[in-house]
Amino acid sequence: MIKTFITYPLQFILFVLFQVLILNNIQLGGTVNPYLYILFILWLPIEWNKAFVLGISFLLGLSIDVFTDTMGMHASACVFLGFIRPYLLNVLAPRDGYELNVPPTAGALGWVWFLQYATIGVLLHHSFLFFVEVFRFSEFFDTLGRALASTIFSLIMIILVQVFSSNTEDRR
Amino acid sequence: MRNLIAFIRKYSFFFLFVGVEALAFYLILKNNHFQGSSFLNSTNKVAGGIYSKYSDLTEYVNLKEVNNDLSNENKLLRENQLGSFVKVFSENIIVKDTIYKRKYLYTKAKVINNSTNKQNNYLTLSIGFNNGVKNGMGVIGPSGIVGVVKDVSANYSSVVSVLHRESKISVKLKKSDYFGSMQWDGEDYRLTVLKDIPNHVLLTEGDTVVTSGYSSIFPEGLPTAIIKTFEVPEGENFYEIKMQLLNDFRQLTYVYVVKNNTSMEVKQLESGRENGDD
Repeated sequence: MIKTFITYPLQFILFVLFQVLILNNIQLGGTVNPYLYILFILWLPIEWNKAFVLGISFLLGLSIDVFTDTMGMHASACVFLGFIRPYLLNVLAPRDGYELNVPPTAGALGWVWFLQYATIGVLLHHSFLFFVEVFRFSEFFDTLGRALASTIFSLIMIILVQVFSSNTEDRR
Repeated sequence: MRNLIAFIRKYSFFFLFVGVEALAFYLILKNNHFQGSSFLNSTNKVAGGIYSKYSDLTEYVNLKEVNNDLSNENKLLRENQLGSFVKVFSENIIVKDTIYKRKYLYTKAKVINNSTNKQNNYLTLSIGFNNGVKNGMGVIGPSGIVGVVKDVSANYSSVVSVLHRESKISVKLKKSDYFGSMQWDGEDYRLTVLKDIPNHVLLTEGDTVVTSGYSSIFPEGLPTAIIKTFEVPEGENFYEIKMQLLNDFRQLTYVYVVKNNTSMEVKQLESGRENGDD
């Protein structure tokens, strides 16, 4: 219990700082930018209250927004991800459901499951984010293309972080 | 009634989602349409402080380019100094110095946060209203326009970059004085688009584009970009011009906030005109 109170706030701060200080300065071919921070939402325990997760997602997005002067943009996309997450978890659930206290990580539920979960989650979040960013549908395929490209980079980052963190998980 | 309560209970999560999402969109619209100091942006104490500390750490990485830019700028200024000119005529001439009144003042600022990879980019500067920065002031870099101040706190200010889809800046061709507006198309941070130049104007690649001075935010004649490609789309009366920005937005470290001493006068005059003949 105490571990939860320390680990998650700490993770929250680290994800936000890493995103705004390091990843936001990375520019890969034009306007493509990896957004690793949403891994925080993806990693939240499955059995946590849906509404609570939605609230945390809003706060996470808002924190990024404060740093990037994009008020409400990341917040809205994160709230969308927080809303979709329970349904996504339902769709991807194993036949007998999730075991209690199993975290939604590759280490616990396998790489196949995690990759499906992360890909859909990241893709939905990024599409939402990029369409809110341009605030118009007139350049539909242009925006979708950027969302797809960023999704790929974000996924690569997420997989890297997941690989390193599952190594430490095994040792524990 | 009971059905209604049951309905809301059943879909409570959905309603919560709609509520929070509405709040997020309210924030987006508020940010897009109102200028003014709101607390929730990078000019607040925590975010500004973190950026400022971090930029102190990473400042050394760009030192070479910054020094290069500064020395180039010094060279230009030195060339424009009175001492670098030789008098052509030897007769005595009367210099009426008082006909010149200082119009623009510059304040040096450090860029502590900058982005070029979004559709709407902003910069955060290390000075705020304690240093005389106000909303709507212009910001210029070593070579040309950088943006316009949007939010100001005591020690930090947030700037709408030229690389912002909604930012329009009035510029003109140095050669022929035709004016148009500069607006970013969100594609490449080095390129921007020049609009409203009629198709009868003669253009060549490499033409310099300077500030027009109409907006009174920026001094007139500041070189900002050079024309890279241009074409007239079928059935249009105006050119579609792509320009190369002279500033490298990825490497901006020191910029200048421009204060116009006469801007109040211009604004009063213009607002009087809009209100009718009174």
